[in-house]
Amino acid sequence: MTAITADAAPRPTAGRGWRGYGRLVRTETRVWLRDFGSVFFGILFPSVILLGVGFGIPGMREPITDAPADSIWYGVTPIATYLPTVLSMAIGTLAVLSLPVTFATFRDKGVLRRLSTTPMRPQALIVAHLTINVATTLVGVALALVVAQLAFGLVAPTQLGVVLLAFVLGMLAMFSVGMLLSALVSKPSTANAVGSLIYFPMLFLAGLWTPGPIMPDVVRQIGQFTPMGATAQAMDTGWFGDGFPLLQVVVMVVWTAVLLPLAGRLFRWS
Amino acid sequence: MAGPIVEVRNLRKTYGPKVAVDDVSFAVQPGEIFGILGPNGAGKTTTVETLAGLRQADGGTVRVRGIDTQRDPAAVKDILGVQLQEAMLHDKITVGEALGLFAGFYSDPADPGELLDLLDLREHADRQFGKLSGGQKQRLSIALALVGNPEIAVLDELTTGLDPQARRATWDLVERVRATGVTILLVTHFMEEAERLCDRLVVIDAGRVVAAGTPQGLIDGLDDGRTVVVRFAPDDVARGRELLADLAARDAEVATAEAQGATEVAVTGTRRVLFAVVPALAAADLVPDDVRTVTRSLEDVFLAVTGRTYQPDAQPDAQPDTSTGTPLVSATTREGDRS
Repeated sequence: MTAITADAAPRPTAGRGWRGYGRLVRTETRVWLRDFGSVFFGILFPSVILLGVGFGIPGMREPITDAPADSIWYGVTPIATYLPTVLSMAIGTLAVLSLPVTFATFRDKGVLRRLSTTPMRPQALIVAHLTINVATTLVGVALALVVAQLAFGLVAPTQLGVVLLAFVLGMLAMFSVGMLLSALVSKPSTANAVGSLIYFPMLFLAGLWTPGPIMPDVVRQIGQFTPMGATAQAMDTGWFGDGFPLLQVVVMVVWTAVLLPLAGRLFRWS
Repeated sequence: MAGPIVEVRNLRKTYGPKVAVDDVSFAVQPGEIFGILGPNGAGKTTTVETLAGLRQADGGTVRVRGIDTQRDPAAVKDILGVQLQEAMLHDKITVGEALGLFAGFYSDPADPGELLDLLDLREHADRQFGKLSGGQKQRLSIALALVGNPEIAVLDELTTGLDPQARRATWDLVERVRATGVTILLVTHFMEEAERLCDRLVVIDAGRVVAAGTPQGLIDGLDDGRTVVVRFAPDDVARGRELLADLAARDAEVATAEAQGATEVAVTGTRRVLFAVVPALAAADLVPDDVRTVTRSLEDVFLAVTGRTYQPDAQPDAQPDTSTGTPLVSATTREGDRS
């Protein structure tokens, strides 16, 4: 070893490891949107479900009058009570179904390992795809709200702050579930299978088949402890009721606090 | 000559009880194509992945341009371009997008347009990765290893799964790349590839360097023996065998003469064995159909140093993370590069 080495190392710079991040997000977004499944399930699915249920099932647009007059559901249309469930589903679809498949594919193809040979940190790819999926969730939810307003007319939430809090915490909780899957699963097919095994029971417990007013009590009791069920129930309370959904908020915080650090710790890079 | 640009000393890497790299040392000079040759599972990939700072060594030192890549892997990422075995891209990213994306990661990237030309990818710039042929994927993979304007490019099993034509085209590209001044570290289990491309190489077997030098030097250093194979017309075979056996018995330059197949005789001896065989045939007016000297290759070197016939796939792969991976080139793209 001789003197040639003295001036060799490129000096670390402030942004080392994140150069080209903007381009990474733009390219990954473009590539991601080329997949029909991402666009359909991420953006259109919640609106499609709302329209299908609203117009396909008789009576969904008639105000509920057979509930007790002091119930939070009295006088609300069933399709309006369906909205919190559909919005929770919108989060879960991307977080639990889409995100883990993306990372399993990266792992399977060696993309993460390939990236780790470049100056870009592989963590950037995680941040990029979280950004993409969160942004897509927001677009899908916004579209669902616009569609619901145009087709059925929205009910103004009684406590907008609670609805927003439930939405944000629900995103955190469900994306934590998704990140834990993303951290571990090595094959896209496994990600799909495991994601579905979690997603569909969560949908049931969040009331996709039995929304708010007609939810059996046992489903509600169990559902409130799941990330998606807690989100939907907390949103129900914020949208139609009064009081604070403390249990559901705690449930969402706990899921996040446990799963997200675990995902970070267990993330497999190859 | 300046000091080595890559220096590996007594590298050791184990995965649990399995020793992937036992003791590997070599030094690469700037501007050369340096080969790491050996059967699958010999520890080649582990060696270069450790060199690139992707794995933590259990012993030894690894320096790239003087930088200890075990201590500071990030410091070499700008100057070391790596083409990983079995690393692929998203099926839907286009060639141009991938090059642009990777170029953005480096402080002083190469011009992606020039790389498209260098690697004959210009006409495929808008094609998605999943729709490329095996040869095109490999060329993009090389382009991505070069897009950071590296001083050293590591190319791991570059031509595995390619058909012979695409393989030769890829070899030409590697020489074109070297002509641009990039030092190339070529990992391969193809003897022919190493022999054709490498200025110098190490042969690795079971995690150890078993031979090091230039391909020709290694072959020449085998021993001084030579073999000449003579083929006779069917009518002359009996006379020919007798003549050459007799020659082996009385000429000091000739050691053995053994029948080989129906019409051939293999004659071994010293470097001058050919000079003994041809005059003897001429004196007996025995005109052979064919005379050839047996060309020795790196496979003979491998046989000489390990005592085993070279079988590239004889051992399972030592890298734990590739054991479940899909082959870089799947069956559907195997027909190679038809562009």
